[in-house]
Amino acid sequence: MSKTRERLWFALFTVPTILIFITVVIIPFINGIVLAFFEWDGIAANPKIFVGLENFVKLWSDQRFLSSAFITIKFTVLAVISVNVLGLIFALLCTSALKMKNLARTMIFMPNLIGGLILGYIWQFIFTDAFAILGELTGFDQVFFNWLLDKDYALYAIIFVFTWQMAGYMMIVYIAGIQSIPDELMEAAKIDGANYWQRLRHIVLPLLMPAITICLFLTLSFAFKQYDVNLSLTGGGPVRATEMFAMHIYNEIFRYNNYGYGQAKAIIFFIIIAAISLTQVYLTKKREVEM
Amino acid sequence: MSMVKKYIKETLLVLLGVFYLSPIYIMLVNSFKDRSQLYENVLALPEQFTLEYYQAAFQKMNFLSAFKNSLYITVVSIIFVVILASMTAWMLARTDNKLSRIIFMTFIATMLIPFQTIMMPLMQEMSWITRNIGIPMTNTHGGLIYMNIGFHSSMAVFLYHGFVKSIPRSLEEAATIDGASKWGVFWRIIFPLLKPTTVTVAILDVISIWNDYLLPSLTLKSKDLRTIPLSTFYFFGEFTIQWNQAMAGLVMTIIPVVIFYMFAQKYIIKGIAEGAVK
Repeated sequence: MSKTRERLWFALFTVPTILIFITVVIIPFINGIVLAFFEWDGIAANPKIFVGLENFVKLWSDQRFLSSAFITIKFTVLAVISVNVLGLIFALLCTSALKMKNLARTMIFMPNLIGGLILGYIWQFIFTDAFAILGELTGFDQVFFNWLLDKDYALYAIIFVFTWQMAGYMMIVYIAGIQSIPDELMEAAKIDGANYWQRLRHIVLPLLMPAITICLFLTLSFAFKQYDVNLSLTGGGPVRATEMFAMHIYNEIFRYNNYGYGQAKAIIFFIIIAAISLTQVYLTKKREVEM
Repeated sequence: MSMVKKYIKETLLVLLGVFYLSPIYIMLVNSFKDRSQLYENVLALPEQFTLEYYQAAFQKMNFLSAFKNSLYITVVSIIFVVILASMTAWMLARTDNKLSRIIFMTFIATMLIPFQTIMMPLMQEMSWITRNIGIPMTNTHGGLIYMNIGFHSSMAVFLYHGFVKSIPRSLEEAATIDGASKWGVFWRIIFPLLKPTTVTVAILDVISIWNDYLLPSLTLKSKDLRTIPLSTFYFFGEFTIQWNQAMAGLVMTIIPVVIFYMFAQKYIIKGIAEGAVK
């Protein structure tokens, strides 16, 4: 086949996707970098004023931004721990010799399919009303009260719902990892007299490192980008105490109409996410090789 | 393991699952209760079964229209993602040159970009296209589908690319010698072989497009274009919350998801595991 025809086929198969991809992702991304250096209120008729690096300098003395960043980091760290610990425990239970494991797996994964927005609304009701009644019934009113009105507990409420949503997802990934561990290895360890904890510590966990890496990486970026549950559960409140990074960017741009400044924050957001993801991938690849 | 111990363990495992889904129970029982019953005890079973709150929520949410919109947008977006991404991935995997590698790496690298980083410039660009070129990209289902394709194609290209690499070239070469065009080779030989990946891509995209709130909220402004997450959001925002109606509304939004889960559970779990591992 001639070279030109070869190229025409290449174009026919790739150009439609590339064209859509460029217009939806690449152009806005480049434009977004440019706009971060301007001051603009988002109205097409109004001028965009070039301000250089000012948007990026202003960030460091912006109390709203700094507290939002702090909340996001706190949320991410706690959520990564709770999602993965719970996901791993569920996975171990659902790969045991029990007959009901498939039913349990089905039930635990269920919340993940329901969108974050809807989950947030369900829990809004539970935290507001069901918790009050639980508090009365059980007497544990230090635990069962309306979490959404307290500025610390409101964040824990989001972590709680996020964990409820994501633990099932991570469980599925961990199950796949556990199932790929050869049976002979476990049998041999059993014959050698290793008990359950020894097998878990010295065989399952080390061999599960690739799955753990993937799960940490996924939870980290899901948690950092959290928006839907944040929006429907607390809406950023009480008094901005739970306005996480993604919501903060949205509000800066579309609510306060600081398009340029908001976009600068969005670029920082990208840099952090990219750095986290790349570091994670690098570290886990290295560790897998060493073992 | 003794029998009794085994039964206790089995029961505990099921109880864990039931406890895990208790929020669904709370949602369900309260969708039937009137105000006083609801505030008396949120955990108790309802005293009567009435569809009154369902009817009210159904109308206020404009549920039927939202459901149709969600279904249309999800299905059409996925058909396009599958067709376009599989074609592109096959061509990229089978062409060994610099350009092809650069294109592939660009797809992968941009998967790091969060939506919030490009949402504003994307909306600017789309309204610019609407104003100056005359293609209605904003406030239309077509525009939203176009953007969905853009956002979901890189992951799909990535998954297909990996799978194509595992298909021996000899299959295609034989067909090419028999005189089939690239188009024919792809659709008749390759595409059917890609079915496992197609299922994975479709499952992953159904979940994320069906549940997506932010992108539709930025593009769709008219009431009659709203998807389920959008109409849920406005339902909670526009009316002072009557929890029984709200719960009835949420139950309705979950029913399609539960049905989908029942029929496609095996594929969903496989798709999630594969999508994450790659």
